[in-house]
Amino acid sequence: MHFDLSDDQRDLRDGIRSLLAGAFPIARVRGGFDRSMWDELVEAGVFGLRADGFTWADAAVVFEELGRVVAPGPLVWGLLAHDPTRPARIVGGLERPEAGTPAMVEYLSMLDALVVVDAEGVSEVDPSTVTGDAIEWPLDPLTPVTRVAELPAGTRTARPAVATEWLVQGAVLTSAYAVGMADACTVLSVAYAKEREQFGRPIGSFQAVKHLCSDMAVRVEVARAATHAAAVHLDDPTLGGTERAVSGAKLLAGEAAIVNGKSATQVHGGMGFTWEVDVHLYLKRAWVLDTVFGSGDAHADAVAATLVR
Amino acid sequence: MDLRYSDSDEAFRAELRAWLAAELPKLPAPPARDDWTARRGFDTDWQRRLFDAGYAGISWPKEFGGRGASPSEQLVFLEETGRARAPYVGVNFVGLLHAGPTIIAEGTEEQKAQHLPRILRGEEVWCQAFSEPNAGSDLASLRTRAVRDGDHYVVTGQKTWCSFGHIGDVGELLVRTDPDVPKHKGITWLMLPMDLPGIEIRPIETVLGSSEFCELFLDEVRVPIENRVGAENDGWRVTNVTLSFERGTAFVSELVDAMQLVEDLAPMIDDVGQRRELGHITAELDALWALTQRNVTQAERDGKMGPGAMMIKLGYTEARQRLGELSLRVLQRGSLDLGEPHGFVEERLRTLALTIAAGTSQIQRNIIGERVLGLPKEPPAGAVVGAPGKAG
Repeated sequence: MHFDLSDDQRDLRDGIRSLLAGAFPIARVRGGFDRSMWDELVEAGVFGLRADGFTWADAAVVFEELGRVVAPGPLVWGLLAHDPTRPARIVGGLERPEAGTPAMVEYLSMLDALVVVDAEGVSEVDPSTVTGDAIEWPLDPLTPVTRVAELPAGTRTARPAVATEWLVQGAVLTSAYAVGMADACTVLSVAYAKEREQFGRPIGSFQAVKHLCSDMAVRVEVARAATHAAAVHLDDPTLGGTERAVSGAKLLAGEAAIVNGKSATQVHGGMGFTWEVDVHLYLKRAWVLDTVFGSGDAHADAVAATLVR
Repeated sequence: MDLRYSDSDEAFRAELRAWLAAELPKLPAPPARDDWTARRGFDTDWQRRLFDAGYAGISWPKEFGGRGASPSEQLVFLEETGRARAPYVGVNFVGLLHAGPTIIAEGTEEQKAQHLPRILRGEEVWCQAFSEPNAGSDLASLRTRAVRDGDHYVVTGQKTWCSFGHIGDVGELLVRTDPDVPKHKGITWLMLPMDLPGIEIRPIETVLGSSEFCELFLDEVRVPIENRVGAENDGWRVTNVTLSFERGTAFVSELVDAMQLVEDLAPMIDDVGQRRELGHITAELDALWALTQRNVTQAERDGKMGPGAMMIKLGYTEARQRLGELSLRVLQRGSLDLGEPHGFVEERLRTLALTIAAGTSQIQRNIIGERVLGLPKEPPAGAVVGAPGKAG
């Protein structure tokens, strides 16, 4: 058993981390998603990872780094719906909501293709045929959303089994991204707690603040272990228990991102409530991610359903 | 990255499973929960069976009579014994997991020869005499005094939370041998034969109404110098050899045990809210198991446990308490019986200690904050005359 990053995975992590640190500084990210960002990620091979023979564990390593810089764009769908013959097209996606509920489509105006997943399988919709109201103030300023009353049926492109697989795989990639965000919030908080002084000493020396930071670090390690375990289950499904591993990961990683976002806000004090400090970008994205590929509540129920009644 | 045990690990698992299936039915009925003499008999009998089958001291090096198992084999051992509901290490805990490893690391050849085989065979039960009424989380401030008198240390003081004190043969004892240096630098680690004159032992009645813990009153107890492990005044370092060991592996079998409790509790829950909560706790325990597997991988690579072990301790103890809390809500009025047949109520009470023993959750958070995240220490509260050194 070797349940840790291999040397190759360390190289992969370090490589993508340094690439993203250079290409996706927070000042650029704050400008919002655009095609140049997508093209750079295509160039880096992010969406073609699976097509190029990388494992799900490798993909989890990469998506954690994307989360660390809170990279915008429909990144998870970009990998799931990757088409090697059209590698540069921007693909967004969503689960088809219940009849009567409007669809909240992310990044609609920038998409070349929109995939919709439901019980019947996967459909592809031409984004130019989708009409709706662009939300003026999206919860996450970096996730533009359009409220669409009626989503076109589109063209069926894959059977239900593929749709199911995508939801499971998307949950793992989203978990990895969330772990990266949760870790970034820890790093931001620790740095601030070392630097900010009150009562004549760094606030990180106070146990009340220190313990917030320690709990953040623990949440990250636990969620990362769960996420890597889920990815390994995708790579090696005969281990058994894939669904439970994936649900546990999405639950804990999503929670880590949300709670660490809240804790980071708290550690930053009044500054944490400002637009200027980056923490809110992480927390808002974490809330967005809880609404895709199964909410934390739904995944907790899914884990419970694996237990004998 | 993978979660596959090696062929040799799986062979070890199969062999162990077969042995457990044959051996467990031969065990006598477990003793009453407050009969500590019977408990000693039961636990040391189990230890002897492990010894005869070659499983005693699973993590100890072979040259000292242990199994010399790799970290992943240790994980398999704890997983399988837990799942088979084999007896817990029980009264052998201090000897096997504290004192033995300390003697292996720091003891003389004579000390090793005298104690290690007896611990492995279940012939010698150890107890722990570290904490004092005024030295709990701040263990290094301990005041039990040892003064040299020829070839003896004369020890006077008071110890508390002495695990298995009333049934132990030997105690691992921390004493102050130099009161005039910073507190970490004047401590010595001694082996205390529990039948020496001048030792008074009083059991502590815990919230369970029974106890594995005692208070020790030491009145000019003469401990031979050859009972010292490590150098005089080097006891704090010697102690940390033991404590880091405890934080590394001691919670793995508790984690397996918690998963059993989850499976016991699951069929009793109908309420959707309670089921969701159980799903949440289960996900956390699964994740802590994955983190354990990560630690084992790192231990095999680096030869020591990483900071993940502390995080498992913190996460596991809190999750287990929430599981206990949930079980009481599931039982409702059934929880009014401490002897309730599933054992959930007794568990709930017992697990109150988990976030206190072996470093409180608050101390764990300090350590993670300072040693892992590099946050500054809290300055000592004022300059206390006669108590040099730093708190925490």
